[in-house]
Formats: sequence, C-alpha cells, structure tokens
Amino acid sequence: MTRAGLTPKYLVRVDDATFGYDANPVLENVTLTVKPDDFIGVVGPSGSGKTSLLRLLLGTVAPQRGVVTRRPDVAVAYVPQLETVNWNFPITVSECVLMARTTRTLPWPTRHEKAEVARVLDRLGIGALAQRHIRELSGGQQQRMFIARALLRNPQLLLMDEPTTGVDVTSRHDMLHLLGEINADGVAILLTTHDLNGVAAHLPTLVALHRTVIAVGPPAAVINGPVLERTFGAPMEVLEHLGMPVVLDHFSHHNTFRGRETA
Amino acid sequence: MEALLDPFQYAFFVKGLFVATLAGGLCGLIGVYITLRGMSYIGHGLSHAIFGGFAASSIIGINYFIGAGIWGLASALAINKVTRSRRIGADAVIGVITTASFALGVALLTHFGSTGPTFDAALFGSIIGVSAGDIWALVAVTVFTVAVVFINYRALLFATFDPEVADVSGVKVARTDALLMLVLSLAILATLTVIGVTLVAATLVIPAVVSRMLTTRFSRMLWLSSLIGAVCGFVGMNLSYHLDVPSGTMIVLTGAALFGVVVFLTGGRLRSRSTVGFV
Repeated sequence: MTRAGLTPKYLVRVDDATFGYDANPVLENVTLTVKPDDFIGVVGPSGSGKTSLLRLLLGTVAPQRGVVTRRPDVAVAYVPQLETVNWNFPITVSECVLMARTTRTLPWPTRHEKAEVARVLDRLGIGALAQRHIRELSGGQQQRMFIARALLRNPQLLLMDEPTTGVDVTSRHDMLHLLGEINADGVAILLTTHDLNGVAAHLPTLVALHRTVIAVGPPAAVINGPVLERTFGAPMEVLEHLGMPVVLDHFSHHNTFRGRETA
Repeated sequence: MEALLDPFQYAFFVKGLFVATLAGGLCGLIGVYITLRGMSYIGHGLSHAIFGGFAASSIIGINYFIGAGIWGLASALAINKVTRSRRIGADAVIGVITTASFALGVALLTHFGSTGPTFDAALFGSIIGVSAGDIWALVAVTVFTVAVVFINYRALLFATFDPEVADVSGVKVARTDALLMLVLSLAILATLTVIGVTLVAATLVIPAVVSRMLTTRFSRMLWLSSLIGAVCGFVGMNLSYHLDVPSGTMIVLTGAALFGVVVFLTGGRLRSRSTVGFV
C-alpha cells in the first residue's frame, strides 16, 4: 500500500472484458467493480458466464479483450462448488483447512497453525468436526469447511461459486447469516447463485448476468419482470412480499431441470 | 526354512531383493499422488512410452537412463498438458502417444537388438538384470523423490486435491505438476530392470489403493502405501526366485493378492470413518 490518496477504492475492477473458450465468447463487454465492503450476488441461468466471471476476478483466466485490474495488495480467497470436489480424497477437515497455509515448507503444522485452524473452525461452528473425514460432513458443513479454509488466508475478497447448492433450507439461512457477519467484519463477498428467492433477494447488491451485465443494483432493481426476462430468456412473474421481491415458483422448477452448471 | 534363506547366499539375489523392496516403496509413495489425481492410466502409458526411449537410446549407443529419461519426461509433460487442457479426450491422446512409442521400441529392439538390459527384462523385470549402477540410480531417485515430497508436501497435496483453488492460493501448480511428472518418469526408469515397463503401473496403483482402503488421512496414506509397496517388492522378489518367474510379475501378483485380501476384509469400501490425531 502506498500513500492513501493513491490507493484505489476498488478491490477488483473488470473493464469492458470479453472472454471465451476457443472462438465462442462466454462473456462479452462485462464491466463490474468490487469495492471493499461489497456483498454481491451474481444471478443468471446455467451457461450465462457466472463461473467464467469468477475466474476472471480470480485471475485464473485473462480476458481476450478489456482489462481486469486488481488492487496490488488484495488477497482473494475462493470457495469452490461442492459438486466439483473429490469427496473420496483421504483428508480430514483440519487437513483440508490447513491447505490455506501454503507458504511454510515443513509438512506438519506448527502449534500456531493448529490453534489458528481450531479458532476458525470454532468460529464457523464446526470445531467438533475437525478430525472427521470430509465425506462425513453434511452439505452445509462442507461449505463451512471451505469458507474456513478461505478465511485462514485473511482475504479482503471472498469469491464463492454457488455456495448454497446442495445445502438444505435451514443451513442456507444460517449460511447467509454467517456470510453477512463475515462481510460486516470487512470482507467483500461476491457469490454466484441461481436461487433468486432463497439467496439473491436477501443480498444487498445483485448483478444480473447473461453473457453481459444486464443490470446491477439492489434486489428491487434486478429482481423484476423486465430484467429477469432479459437475463433468463423467459417471462417471469414477480410479487412483493414483506418488502421483498418474490419470483413465482414455476420458474424455480423450470430452472432446476436445466441441468449442471458448465460455464 | 533353509530353503527360504537359501537364495540369500547369492549376491545377485540380495542386490535384486534390495532393489525390488526399494522400488516397491518408491512406486508406492509416488502412486499415492498418481491415483488420487486419477492418473493411473498415465502411469501405465508413460511406462510404455519410456520403452520407446529405452530402445532408441540402446541403438544410438547413449546411456539408456539418460536417453529414456529425456524421452519419458517429454512424454510425461506432453501427457500432463493434454490432460489439464481438457480439449481433446486425454485418454485417446495418451493411448496414441504411448502405444506408438512402445511399438516403436519393440520394432527397434527386434530389428537392431539391445545393448542394455534384455528385451524380456525391460518388459517384465528380471532378478538377474540388476547392476551396481542400477542400485545407485534407484537410491539416488528414491532420495530425490522423498526430498521432493517432503519439501513440496503442502503444494503437492493442495494441487492434487484442488488445483484451481491451489493456483489462486499461491501454489505454483504447473511447476508442482512438472515436478511430479519428473519423479514419476525417473521412478519408472529406475525400476525398469526389476519390475519392467508393462507391470510398473500396477506397482504405482495397488499399494495406493490398498492403503486408501485402510486410512482416511493423507499423511498416513503416504507412508502406508510406501510400506505396502516395499513389502510387495520384498515378498514378490522372493517368490520370483523360488518359482522361477520374472520378478515384476510376482511383485504385481503379490500386490494383487494383498488387494484381494483387503477388499474382502473391508468390503471394498473406501474409509470415511475418521481417526484421532492431527497429522
């Protein structure tokens, strides 16, 4: 970090970026800024480029056109989709969380590292499961384990790919509450979700994505008929309930059968 | 009992036994990473590819360890790149590259003859094919491999479990992958004369799979797999002497028998009930 005046106000900025595999663009002319206190949900149908947008923000892929700028000192942590994980891998919860500590050479953890792992697992409410094999955990607990691993890196930005997929309704509620706390502690969060009512409607800022950014703003500005129709390519009915937008259920069913996220 | 100890009076057997035990342990160690990465087929293909390099270097007249080593590493890196890029069916490309290389090796050796280990020894392993040079090469490769695994323990584990997240968490995944391919190529080369190229894949896979059925911990799997590999090497080499069949075949059959026993006892399930202790 240099003089205060020169420190950018954003953590990551995507400027007019186009990205694709081979010749087919998955994302076109995407512009998005993530600031230090943001809590953003990216919504869009399967294949709309949500995962590719995460990869651009992470820096694992580079845009073919446009620019992605990261604040020089920014620490980004990533929580993968549960379905991409090899659950037969022979590791315990502690071993998995400890992976975040990549700088030390010696294989075994120091006393300090053990204490750190124990502290972050306790904070996420899964301290008692530290010695369990990763497969023994429920979906919500597995998600918490990966959040613990991400937090051990002391990130300023947490990127999460579909964190509520494979998680039951109560755990989803707890998860949003937990993420809210992490965000209040000063960690910016950007997550992707296809769950409009259960997740997106509860977040402060949404991005509707379908190859490009269709709309950005609070839920009311994004979860409405015109924006959703452009994003999902089908007309959708939105009601208001207790001040929150609710997308009618027939859409949720429709989306469930669209199959696995691929891009 | 005397019959069991009988072969120990021969220096060639003691040398062979030492090499087989060490080779088994080495392959058991590397096999943990190979199987967990779903690369068992690559180990199989790579050993066949190396056979081409072995034959070519034998004919050109350079040390087969260097010739086949360069050939093997080049094949390994090519295979690794193809596998990670996911553009073409990796299995098909590996099938083409490695089988062609193997066929080339067979053609060259049949036509020109071998100046290094014999044809059969290279294919199936031989108890009498072990020279002092082979022993030193294997010891050097084993020390190097253990050092690589020790120093890069965390990076190798992370890159094996979750390469994408490892990459954004500061692990040099490409470098780690290349290092693993290097030790795999070296290990296949160093065990070529005892185990043989057609059988080495089994010594990579069997100890790792057996140890996975016995533990849920990565660190424990590493040493357990090495130990199982070493025991299979030791027992297999003894059986090879007494039954007068190529050493590689008996080492693999010993491992397969152990695999059968463990599958029977555990019902073939991978363990997920946990144990105590941190690492």
